[in-house]
Amino acid sequence: MTTADEQDRTTQLRFDALIEADEKIEPRDWMPDGYRQTMIRQIAQHAHSEVIGQQPEGNWITRAPTLQRKAILIAKVQDEAGHGLYLYSAAETLGVGRDELNELLHTGRQKYSSIFNYPTLSWADIGTIGWLVDGAAITNQVMLTRTSYGPYARAMVRICKEESFHQRQGFEIMMQLAAGTDAQKAMAQDALDRWWWPSLAMFGPPDADSSHTEQSVAWKIKRETNDDLRQKFVDMTVPQAAYLGLQIPDPDLRWNEERGHHDFGDIDWDDFWEVVKGNGPCNRERIANKVRAWEDGEWVREAAVAHARRQAPSVNPTEQTDHAMEVAR
Amino acid sequence: MSYDVPRIEGEPDATVTGQPDGYPLWEVFVRAARGLNHVHSGSLHAPDAETAARNARDVYTRRAEGVSIWVVPSTAIHASDPDDQDVWFDSDKPYRHPTFYDIPEEVGHM
Repeated sequence: MTTADEQDRTTQLRFDALIEADEKIEPRDWMPDGYRQTMIRQIAQHAHSEVIGQQPEGNWITRAPTLQRKAILIAKVQDEAGHGLYLYSAAETLGVGRDELNELLHTGRQKYSSIFNYPTLSWADIGTIGWLVDGAAITNQVMLTRTSYGPYARAMVRICKEESFHQRQGFEIMMQLAAGTDAQKAMAQDALDRWWWPSLAMFGPPDADSSHTEQSVAWKIKRETNDDLRQKFVDMTVPQAAYLGLQIPDPDLRWNEERGHHDFGDIDWDDFWEVVKGNGPCNRERIANKVRAWEDGEWVREAAVAHARRQAPSVNPTEQTDHAMEVAR
Repeated sequence: MSYDVPRIEGEPDATVTGQPDGYPLWEVFVRAARGLNHVHSGSLHAPDAETAARNARDVYTRRAEGVSIWVVPSTAIHASDPDDQDVWFDSDKPYRHPTFYDIPEEVGHM
């Protein structure tokens, strides 16, 4: 065995030992190329999802029913932008820049969660997104706070704290509508009817069809499988719907005493794959909006760089550090 | 799982080249309250220090997480090598800790 081989073996063993011991992998640690690529892909798509996720909700900012609701919705949409930034930062530690990820999103070479390709047709959709979509996201993201890549796990901790506000404000919107007039109740039910199945599909294909799950679980990137998370979400949500007096649109949904879980009907995976492939109701609109916002912002970015250049002395890294050290002392 | 978009059969993953970004990277430190240290919160890109601080406010302190922010160019940070961890940070000196010493109970709190 050559020295280089021995070196490779040692670093691989150290990586394996860290994973085995439930320790985090940090940016400057050696990691297998497959691990790095999987992490980049997953974190980038998660970031893209947060950024695109601003659009369906942003759609209702100007039409929020009260000033308070408007302020809440703006805060929530701003959070989504923040979540995207935390995640791009995490991706960046793996050696991929933000501009490049932006470019990959704009050209469709990287995707975002399909859930954001459905339209928000009524105010009840804003409640339902908070309740179901953010609820599903929390189920997934709580698991991800234990993911093996340190920067991703840390971003998730921060995001989960804020996500709880998103879910609760959504459920509160639903409570108000469900306790309202017949028309408001009908609006809440209609939103649930449209968002229920896409929310279940959000967890991804059944474990039997997820070829990459096994490796991700071995690397402790994923700590639970799609089906397990989906089941957890259904069990959590059924009593909430009952509290609201709304009907989950699934005739096969019932409590299974033996399993200790709810059974539920088959998800329309053909529809899911159509949306993933780019043929959902809003795929083109979402990307077109994103690209337009980026292009419209070009002059702002240029102006910012020109301003920074004029202020050059204040961005001198050495001076900055001296100043920070001085403050530290 | 949510946000992890499954691969379409036959579709290759995007390859990333690691091209550098336009704006410099800044590390953000936030002081949660007077009397506490500034603690590292994360990083962001910005064209200059002032914009970096302003954006750091929006990104890292939306819920009153801080009363003061530092931004430092990431290039100004010199880090120890993770491979040197064992040499740098030895953990075999238990006598540096108070619990190493057995003090009889009758002596009282010490």
